[in-house]
This record gives sequence, structure tokens and C-alpha cells, in this order.
Amino acid sequence: MSSIGTGYDLSASTFSPDGRVFQVEYAMKAVENSSTAIGIRCKDGVVFGVEKLVLSKLYEQGSNKRIFNVDRHVGMAVAGLLADARSLSEVAREEASNFRSNYGHNIPLKHLSERVAMYVHAYTLYSAVRPFGCSFILGSYDQDDGPQLYMVDPSGISYGYWGCAIGKAKQAAKTEIEKLQVRILLEPSLRQGKILLNCLICVCYCYQQMKDMTCRELVKEVAKIIYIVHDEVKDKSFELELSWVGEVTNGKHELVPKDVREEAEKYAKDSLEEEDDSDEDNM
Amino acid sequence: PTLYSANWMQFITTTIMAVEYDGGVVIGADSRTTTGAYIANRVTDKLTPIHDRIFCCRSGSAADTQAIADVVTYQLGFHSIELDEAPLVQTAANLFKASCYRYREELMAGIIVAGWDKRRGGQVYTVPVGGMLVRQPVSVGGSGSTYIYGYMDSNYKPNMTKDQCLRLVSGALSLAMERDGSSGGVVRLAAISETGVDRQVILGNQLPKWSTA
Repeated sequence: MSSIGTGYDLSASTFSPDGRVFQVEYAMKAVENSSTAIGIRCKDGVVFGVEKLVLSKLYEQGSNKRIFNVDRHVGMAVAGLLADARSLSEVAREEASNFRSNYGHNIPLKHLSERVAMYVHAYTLYSAVRPFGCSFILGSYDQDDGPQLYMVDPSGISYGYWGCAIGKAKQAAKTEIEKLQVRILLEPSLRQGKILLNCLICVCYCYQQMKDMTCRELVKEVAKIIYIVHDEVKDKSFELELSWVGEVTNGKHELVPKDVREEAEKYAKDSLEEEDDSDEDNM
Repeated sequence: PTLYSANWMQFITTTIMAVEYDGGVVIGADSRTTTGAYIANRVTDKLTPIHDRIFCCRSGSAADTQAIADVVTYQLGFHSIELDEAPLVQTAANLFKASCYRYREELMAGIIVAGWDKRRGGQVYTVPVGGMLVRQPVSVGGSGSTYIYGYMDSNYKPNMTKDQCLRLVSGALSLAMERDGSSGGVVRLAAISETGVDRQVILGNQLPKWSTA
């Protein structure tokens, strides 16, 4: 999809002859250069996982967080220019805080993501400013609306999702997320070779399964997906940042506790070895 | 408000009340508006709709409460369209509080906000003069309310049915109207629930009688 927009790409206030705003597309490329972040919604909460590439051994562990707390019940995972993301997290925090101050209750996530998306969109209208170079995933859990997941991209669009991925390995991550449920049903039938028929049945089961997982189960799967999509060759070491919000945390968004994270990472590493082994067998 | 204006202001000093029941709320008010000793309106409607399933009962200065109710109606309507869902009673109550508290020195308004929403069912919130906000299962307000605290305390029980609430409210309001000079006229009632708002008027000769005289 890459093309040169010579002449029409100098400012966000210019359309190209084929109707594109190149500055916004370039902003989305900035997101694609960053490492992956995923968010998945399950029966009783939302889990975020971020592949945080460690650029220097001198970095303190846990610094340069890519997951933010926007409100007690809302978390935000980002990909792209981190400085832009930080400034947007402040915007989101103010929106959530003002809403509570004016209306007396927690901001619904749909409304929050629309407000922040509107803010992001405003920066795509003028030549005096540049669009934000980051996408982010917002997730929340509350008693009445249940788990909610929304994603906002540099063009200022916001969509609700069951599972989504942003960053360099987003395609691979999306495939893994979709596979999450289908695999559970497909594996037995693959051995029988009846793939096509079961694919059709599985697609119906697909969303059913994700909705039945609990946060504890999902955390392990999220860790596994991040490990799968991480490119060992191009990028060296990475730190896995995991956070969740749901029944398990009483509706509070927080980084996953150390023991849960270690268990998830162990599961991820073990599954990767297993898959390597099974590939050898087929050969 | 300062003393010199008190004589010229129109008051709905009134008796108002609201009761929660399982599935909705029942609200009621008298119908008297006074300017000094003159009854300016003997058939006032003090039960004002703020949204489809949210009402407020107004007491205090007629002008102040009408102005605040108009502002809140606008704010709540806007908020509801933005969110694309029916507003919460709690939100309406908070909007009343915000106005009543910010301008507490200039206003004289005692408001009871009551309604139904799908999150928490029937709710009653009271916002007295000064701008406090608190949710209560039963609330009474206005100058006539002082005469019926005892009646409420002894006759209200939790988990009453809608009809029991209607009888409680009309009975209490009749008692207050009997004793308070600033309350009188007819009893206006409204029952708000998921299915809608059901309004009634009980005329003077149909009011429950508490004395044989």
C-alpha cells in the first residue's frame, strides 16, 4: 500500500488527487514501526499485552511503560511514538475525570474513546500541527456494561473490538487471536482431515469461546501470542508488559501481579517449544 | 436571598415528596404558589419532567427552581444524545447539585429528583437548599414537610407496592396541606417506572380525610 505522495504530502490540510491524506497515512506508518500491543476481551474482563523492545541493557526494568491507567476502571495500551501516546493518555485522563465531576459516575468507555478519537481527529485537519503518531487500545470493566475494548488510530477513528492488535506484528497477532478459539476445536478434526467442514462450524464457535474464557486463562494466551509474534532475528530482547481489568481485580485496571506474569510467561515459553517440537515431527 | 426581595418573590414553599418502590418511584406535590399571603396559583404543577423517566419536585422560589430545571433539562438532554442512551437518575441529580451548590448564595431551591433508569431501577435523590446531594428511599421537602416527618417515620416500610406508595404519598400530602398554610389545593401524583409515567390529580373533595369535622 505504499506510494509516494510527492507534493500532496506536505501537510495534513491537503488531499491527494486520489482522495488520500498522506500525513495521516504516514502517521499510521509510525505506528507500524513500533513493537506490538494487543488487547483481548473475555467473559469477565480485558487483558492487554505489550511487546516492549529493550533497546539498551542500561534501562531499568519496568521503565518506559506502554500501558497507562486512564481511570480506576480504564486502561490504555499504546503503540507508536511514545511521547505522543503519553500526551494522549493525559487527555484521556482529563476527559474521564471531567465526566465524573460533571455527571457523578464513571465514564462509559464508548464515550471516552469517542471523545479522545475526536481530539486525535482534530489534529488531522490543520497544516499548523501534525497528526498524532500513535494508536492505542482502551479497555475497561464495570458491573453494568461488562468488559469493553476500543481502539483509536491516528486518523481519529474509534472501533469496539473483541480482540485487536496494533504495531509491527499486528497481522500475525490478529491471526493468532482469531486462532485462539478455532484451534481448540480444529485440532481434533485436523487429524481426521475434515478441515473445511469444521472451519465453518468453528467460525460460529469462535466468538462463543472467547466470551467464555476468564481473565486468568486469557492472560496466559495473551503472553503466548506476544511470544509468538516477537521476531527473534530482527529484534533482540523484549520485556513483556501485561495488564488486566475485570472481575478478578474488582474492576480496577492494574499491571498483572508478578506471580501471574511469571506463570503466563512460562506457559508462553513452554508452548513455543512444544510447537517447535511438533513441527519437527511433521518433517 | 436577601430579605428585601422576599416579599415580592413568588414561592412554592409547598409540600413535596418522593418514595422508591421495587420497579419505580412515586412522587407527589401540593399545588399552591404564594406571593406573601396571596395564592398566585392554586393549581400549580410542581412535578416537572426533566427527561422521559426522570422528574423533579420543586420547592422554594418558583423562579429559581424553574430556571434550574430548564438548565438541567438542557444539559441532560445533550448528555443523553451524546451517550446515545437514556440518562441515569444519578446524573440528573448531580446536575441539579452542581447548579444548586455553585449558586447557593443567590438561590433558594429545595429539589427532589426522582425517576427510573435501567441500571438501578427507581431512585430518589434529595437536593435541599445549600446544594447537598443524597439518595434516600423516601424524601419529603418544602415548608409542609415538617408536619409529616412523624407520619413518614411511622408509616413507611421498605419494599412497599406501587399502590401502597400512592396511598402513603396522598395521605401524607393531605395531612401537610391541612396544617401548613403555604400548602394546599390539589394533590398531584406521578408514578414512574420502566413502562412510563402515570400522572394523577386528587381534587380537594376527594382527598383522604383525617378529621371528622
